[in-house]
Amino acid sequence: MANNENSAKGTASERRYWLDDSRNVDRIVWGVYGICAFLFLIDILVPKHGPFSVEHVFAFYGVFGFVACVGLVLAAKALRVILMRPEDYYDR
Amino acid sequence: MTGELSPGQILIVGALLVPLLRGRLRAAYMLALPIIALWSLVSLPYGSFGELQLLDMSLVTLRVDKLSFVFGVIFLIAAFLGIIYALHVDDTVQHVAGLIYAGSAVGAVFAGDLVTLFVYWEGTAIASVFLIWARRNERSFHAGLRYLVVQVGSGVLLLAGIILHYRQTGSITFEHMGTDSLAGVLIFLAFGIKCAFPLLHNWLQDSYPEATITGTVMLSVFTTKLAVYALARGYAGTELLVPIGAAMAAFPIFYAVIENDLRRVLSYSLNNQLGFMVVGIGIGTEMAVNGTVAHAFCHILYKALLFMSMGAVLYRTGTIKGSELGGLYKSMPWTAGFCIVGAASISGFPLFSGFISKALIITAAMDQGYFWTWLVLLFASAGVFHHSGIKIPYFAFFAHDSGKRCSEAPANMLTAMAITAVLCVVIGVYPQPLYDLLPYQVDFRPYTTEHVVTQLQLLMFSALAFTLLMRTGIYPPELRSTNLDFDWFYRRLGRGLALAAGHLAERAWQFVTTGASRGAREAVNAIERHHGPHGVFARTWPTGTMAFWMTIMLAAYLILSYL
Repeated sequence: MANNENSAKGTASERRYWLDDSRNVDRIVWGVYGICAFLFLIDILVPKHGPFSVEHVFAFYGVFGFVACVGLVLAAKALRVILMRPEDYYDR
Repeated sequence: MTGELSPGQILIVGALLVPLLRGRLRAAYMLALPIIALWSLVSLPYGSFGELQLLDMSLVTLRVDKLSFVFGVIFLIAAFLGIIYALHVDDTVQHVAGLIYAGSAVGAVFAGDLVTLFVYWEGTAIASVFLIWARRNERSFHAGLRYLVVQVGSGVLLLAGIILHYRQTGSITFEHMGTDSLAGVLIFLAFGIKCAFPLLHNWLQDSYPEATITGTVMLSVFTTKLAVYALARGYAGTELLVPIGAAMAAFPIFYAVIENDLRRVLSYSLNNQLGFMVVGIGIGTEMAVNGTVAHAFCHILYKALLFMSMGAVLYRTGTIKGSELGGLYKSMPWTAGFCIVGAASISGFPLFSGFISKALIITAAMDQGYFWTWLVLLFASAGVFHHSGIKIPYFAFFAHDSGKRCSEAPANMLTAMAITAVLCVVIGVYPQPLYDLLPYQVDFRPYTTEHVVTQLQLLMFSALAFTLLMRTGIYPPELRSTNLDFDWFYRRLGRGLALAAGHLAERAWQFVTTGASRGAREAVNAIERHHGPHGVFARTWPTGTMAFWMTIMLAAYLILSYL
């Protein structure tokens, strides 16, 4: 833990953390890809019991999660055009 | 004695002594209050107590049954955790307000009749606003005023509904109401305001982020979950609640993605989680209502945990804006860890509390054939992971290093977060004790291969989406901004209309007053003209003039008499 309390900037001599190395960040990202690939592939082994047919489509949950989140972010980004105002908008 | 004292009253009456105490004694006393209240609650059998006669109405100030019991338990646990989290604060107003607020919420949950409910309902509104005002700046003052107007408005609707209901049925018992009568609709709206229904929601995102660090934790627990309880009691199975809940679950997440104030992001996700609960109430089956209650229980803990972690960040760094934070895991590793536990719980990761409660609601929606609702809830589940599960910890503790270096959160904050985090995990790993508390018998196994795998797929592919959008730079950056929401209608449009109306009234008044004063001035001038020193009536008239006018008049008379 850093011990120079409340100072504005970390110093050069500060301890380097595992995540400071961008290769480790890459490893995490590859980990996410790997887990997703694994979950995608084992879908075929998991029987579904839900009443809706769409749920039985191969890898429905994964694809839905991905599409939903990309759609969410793109829509929210577009909403900024309409909704975003300066920070002090209501104070003026 | 305590047998007839509502656990809520123990907190409220107990709060009155807090100003007299200081230091460790005060801390011990405040911590003892929810423990005593919980003990008194656990020692009560199910039934009605504390009956009072008011005019010709009989009030039941304490009704303990399965539904009120579970809400009472979680409210008291949350009050205890909230008090630990606030122990470092030396502001008597906040401590007293927090205790009265918690006590009112607990009292409302155990209210057996609508009048008692109303009294406590208003108690929560009035006590809680002091947690906002205690921030003691102009923004919080105005936000608190807006909050109070909305909350009291909810109380007024409730009161109107109660009066109508009493006139129609002669009863004030708080039981299932339904929306068939006007009274039922008014009470439904009163609950809906406190539950932050779509378009009635904005008081929440407006006020919670403006409250004090410790106040927001308390606020996040009580008001909205009291409304969930009230809806579950009065409106279970009201079909209208299904689309309302689905809308609530979906639309706030768009705002959460672009919001910069991380406590406001949490307020939006709070709204989204309420959506799940409202859907459960609307479906109304035993499993759905169980799901709502279980989800409220888990949600209170993980949402408080998330607000605690963001409060600790605000306390140590002085800011909670995503655009100014990042890299704090180096300075606040414990807080970061607890935040991640809260994030995993709200996202519904297996082994965390959200997983075992949200599943009940979603399964109930599937069982009843609510296809679109189910799809919306899946979307909301993916979305909540995206904005609360990833965004909150990522922008506060990781992302780019903001260079901020501070100490870890104070010991009492860490203790509160640690206990809450442990509860989130314990409930997630071993849900049976919670299931046993629910209003109906539970026949549900959350840990099936199918459920675990499909939930992990949903979540990990959401994480994949976040990762790819981040790496490609498509993800919208955190920007210092205000996002327009429904409050624009009263903060901007309404204010503009009010100002314009005021201006118009001022102009009209000006017109009237200037017109009147001009008229008066002209009248005075006219009088002066005729009666003043040089006026015609002030002249001294010679006798000749009179004789001349007499002649004229006589001539006129002569002519007229000949005509």
